[in-house]
Amino acid sequence: MTSPLERHPYGEHAIVLPPKSQTTHDAADIDREIRLLMYRRLHEIRQFEKRAYDMFMQNLVKGTTHLSLGMEAVAAGFGATMREDDYTFATYRGHAHTLARGVPMEGILAELLGRSNGLLGGKGGSMHLTSVEHGMMGSYAIIGAHLTIANGAAWSAQYRGSGQVAVCFFGDGTTNIGAFHEALNYAAVFSLPVVFVCENNLYMEYTAISDITAVPRPAADRAGAYGLQPVVVDGNDADACYLAARDALEHARSGRGPVLIEALTYRHGGHSRADPGKYKPPGELEAWLAHDPLKIYRGRLERIGVPSSALDEIESQVGQAVDAATEAAKNGPLPEQALAYTDVWADGGHSWRN
Amino acid sequence: MTIMSLSKALNEGMRQAMEDDPKVLIMGEDVGKLGGVFRVTDGLQKDFGEDRVIDTPLAESGIIGTAIGLALRGYRPVCEIQFDGFVFPAADQIITQLAKMPMRSLGAIKLPVVVRIPCGGGIGAVEHHSESPEAYFTHTAGLRVVACSNPADAYTMIQQAIRSDDPVIFFEPKRRYWEKADIDTDSTEWWPPLHAAKVVRPGTDATLLAYGPMVKTCLEAATAAEDDGRSLEVIDLRSLNPLDEPLVLESARRTGRVVVVHEAPVNNGFGAELAARITEQCFYHLESPVLRAGGFSTPYPPSKLEEHYLPDLDRVLDAVDRAFGY
Repeated sequence: MTSPLERHPYGEHAIVLPPKSQTTHDAADIDREIRLLMYRRLHEIRQFEKRAYDMFMQNLVKGTTHLSLGMEAVAAGFGATMREDDYTFATYRGHAHTLARGVPMEGILAELLGRSNGLLGGKGGSMHLTSVEHGMMGSYAIIGAHLTIANGAAWSAQYRGSGQVAVCFFGDGTTNIGAFHEALNYAAVFSLPVVFVCENNLYMEYTAISDITAVPRPAADRAGAYGLQPVVVDGNDADACYLAARDALEHARSGRGPVLIEALTYRHGGHSRADPGKYKPPGELEAWLAHDPLKIYRGRLERIGVPSSALDEIESQVGQAVDAATEAAKNGPLPEQALAYTDVWADGGHSWRN
Repeated sequence: MTIMSLSKALNEGMRQAMEDDPKVLIMGEDVGKLGGVFRVTDGLQKDFGEDRVIDTPLAESGIIGTAIGLALRGYRPVCEIQFDGFVFPAADQIITQLAKMPMRSLGAIKLPVVVRIPCGGGIGAVEHHSESPEAYFTHTAGLRVVACSNPADAYTMIQQAIRSDDPVIFFEPKRRYWEKADIDTDSTEWWPPLHAAKVVRPGTDATLLAYGPMVKTCLEAATAAEDDGRSLEVIDLRSLNPLDEPLVLESARRTGRVVVVHEAPVNNGFGAELAARITEQCFYHLESPVLRAGGFSTPYPPSKLEEHYLPDLDRVLDAVDRAFGY
């Protein structure tokens, strides 16, 4: 018997093509207002991420950044259908999901710049964006850690009978770490109101996920092991993400337990800022650029009769907002050195009282 | 006053905490129906229900991660790690998230999670079931690390740990689970604060610093040293992080000789931190270097060799002799 991996010539992977159709969801039952909101979100994320990239190149963003360029539709689709008091858990690639919960852009950008007016006073940085008041329960930079934490938050909602759902986003690489499997089992056993969303962008950091995973669909092919349905959606189509999210949230909210969704998408850039992505086979990026989330959605909105001028207006408003946020972030003061010592303990300090 | 074993004292402490606060939950492997492999949670599920005393899957990372998520939303989970060596699969969550989320969230997040760990050897168990992993956690900022050594402290410290808004790594000396003492359960006036160390035997010639299972060994050593005409002070540290430094330093300055005793390997153990701090702050008061008695730099041995490995009365007294040899 050969193992699935033996059939994979390691390091040589074929181009993975996007879905062929971009019109599948044209007639979907989604309010125009919601679609316009998603269009705005797509552009907020795109323009924000581009600005973050530019500012990194200008040496204004210290540390690292992990961008969601090309992956905007997942955040836009889910963000548009989550209840205000639902919980989001994201990874270090979490700018998009933070924006999608309505967290102000200025605070996020200033946080990337490590400024005092940042979301976390400059203490969290790009990888740890958190805003409890917006239901953004944190970005987690250790792979898999937050799936189990999302379970705990979901469990708290179950205790309270509040109807809240925890939505946990993670990458394809996460599906191979133990915490992923621990979390799915927990959630299934205790019927927790949690939706796990695998953003399969085809690459685990710098390696094709197909080269190091025993099954073709890293998340969906594992669903059956936990008694869950395999769900795969076009992660570049905001409507497909919205519809999948609506069903999943309804399922989890009504007490029927967790849902696992695999959203197939593509990371336009490399893993992090320093990565040019040379391991991608020729032609792959071009194929996915033709299936770009913003391009798909603009085409759809025009087909259903939204005037181009209205879409242009949204894009222009977002551009102005990003510019304003950039200025505010750049003008923010740097944190005092004392910040390095705060909040180690629950009393706010780092040394003990005695 | 009630006579209780150390394990029963923990059980009663948790029961009291659960009665006081409906947000207190117990979770871990076999803690519910079985009551835990050491029966520390015996009867709690029967009395508080399956919603509050949860039999989890065998998945330590998942236990701690889930507890973090519950604590994020106001619950106070008390997690049992079945044996010391089993904490390592959970170390990721403890070190990278539990200890650090409050700081990186600018204090917006508090994580009142207690991680109970039966620790140490002496019961004829083997590797993974007899270890002393405290130094891994004292090295990590943001974790309170405490160790009880006797039933009364077990009773008070577990309740204080549960009430703490900081995450607490709570070490229980498994070979002392069956030791008994009379505990005043009616009053809290006698409770020392969780971070306070305690002089459990006053002395004048040398100080023995210990915590958890080694406190009793040190008390026995102090009794034996009387025959040699030496008066040994024994301090039960109780809390390793934060450390009750003033009490430790005062004793070191007064006696001039200090021996640190722990079951964990001496190499890079918590004793090294104590020796460094005492040397730095009491240098001109010391008659000898701060010495350490502890486990060897080997993996925990098979049970037939356990007695040879564990610090005993002789190893402690040998170290005391060396301290007097300077």
